Amino acid sequence: MCYVSLRNVNIKNISNFAFQTGYFLISMADLKIALEFGGGAEVLVGNQKVHEVAFPSKNKVWTIGDLLYWIKDNILKERPELFLQDGSVRPGILVLVNDADWELMDTVNYELKSNDRIVFISTLHGG
Amino acid sequence: MPVCSIHCGRNAVLKRPKTGDALCKECFFEAFESEIHFTITRAKLFKPNSTVAIAASGGKDSTVLAYVMKMLNEKYNYKLKLFLLSIDEGITGYRDDSLNTVKQNRDDYEMPLKILSYKDLYGWTMDEIVAEIGRKNNCTFCGVFRRQALDRGAHLLKVDCLATGHNADDIAETVLMNILRGDVARLNRCTSIVTDNGDGIPRVKPLKYTYEKEIVMYAYFKKLVYFSTECVFAPNAYRGHARMLLKDMEKIDPSVIMKIIQSGETLKVKSTAKLPTLMNCTRCGYISSQETCKACVLLEGLNKGLPKLGIGKSSKVKKALDDIQQNDSLCCSARGNSNVNNIKDLKDKKCLCLGSQNVLSVQIDEISLEKLTVE
Repeated sequence: MCYVSLRNVNIKNISNFAFQTGYFLISMADLKIALEFGGGAEVLVGNQKVHEVAFPSKNKVWTIGDLLYWIKDNILKERPELFLQDGSVRPGILVLVNDADWELMDTVNYELKSNDRIVFISTLHGG
Repeated sequence: MPVCSIHCGRNAVLKRPKTGDALCKECFFEAFESEIHFTITRAKLFKPNSTVAIAASGGKDSTVLAYVMKMLNEKYNYKLKLFLLSIDEGITGYRDDSLNTVKQNRDDYEMPLKILSYKDLYGWTMDEIVAEIGRKNNCTFCGVFRRQALDRGAHLLKVDCLATGHNADDIAETVLMNILRGDVARLNRCTSIVTDNGDGIPRVKPLKYTYEKEIVMYAYFKKLVYFSTECVFAPNAYRGHARMLLKDMEKIDPSVIMKIIQSGETLKVKSTAKLPTLMNCTRCGYISSQETCKACVLLEGLNKGLPKLGIGKSSKVKKALDDIQQNDSLCCSARGNSNVNNIKDLKDKKCLCLGSQNVLSVQIDEISLEKLTVE
């Protein structure tokens, strides 16, 4: 019951709630994802390279597209336009799913599985 | 998970932007390296037994270039003597950190490293220049000064050749930028894989046909450490607009990058087009389209307290320079004695106003190949 009502709340609230209450995290959030930011992209998320996150996955399929908006709403610290553009990452940011190019996996439509590791590498800087 | 297009049986890890192939890690390394080898041999970039300075910034391109050059040199027996050459622009929080990465490259790849600073060469750090002129045109200064700094560095090291990490995206970006600016002369030469600035030391671009995406992926899979903080001054640079345009188009069709380079290469400027004649700068001797080269003009402006001098039209610059010439008593003293050396001093071996001491000439004499060691 609790879960169903929560599903209608926006993603940000769920995750905030999940972060605030360890109980919720353990019982409902069974989709564990490791996020990594590199190549300069870490600047956008408060210079923290690795983020361990968890989502409630019951009755809900999470795609990378959903994940991008979750990142924007929850861990992006500055200038979201440098990360997100037209529902995908800004061109010039590379995405790897378990160390493989996301372009091989239907990019934003890839469905997240538990223990996936998603890496974002920016190429947008000088040399 | 798709399998490798080479049919090696392994899972693919990357979709190549250039060909659309899905490749596994091993086949990607092989393709990446042998394409650079092919570029080098087809354009005959290096002669056996020559010394090559690799322009090293600590960024992804120069780190990958240094790694691949070392590897290919050993694998295909180029018989090259490789050096790293770095320019310290004096940008706090950017170059001071990235130079640590270059030092790491020096140790990892066992190559001698020489660092030259803007302060040594021009008497100004980029921080000081930005304090003087603000953030609108600072990249003009940095770019012009760096280009000459690398040439001077290559000259000082007495190398036969200077290799830079310009990649396919950079070249395509430059083509676009020269079109947007209507700079036909630069458009005409910016795609050359070998350029000569008149000092007899060719500058070569072994990564000319290598996509930025593949360079970053290569560095990632090879676990190469590079420095990736955006230059603290860069956001206002004009190049950024050309870059975004290119990246947006690449998303629609990655082959546009190769097509833009190809367009630039095959483009022929009609014979009636007015092109600047190249000559040697009357002040420093470097190749220039004007009597006084851009670096000398910019430096003159800085030293005379007229920092906008080199930004406007060249005809206006010439008039301003003539005015300065007539009123030379202003030299250096306008800014106190902190920036005594300008490019002119390089040739005359003395400063116009102080007469004797020249910081630059002393430092140049101290630098020689023999003194470069791997620490």
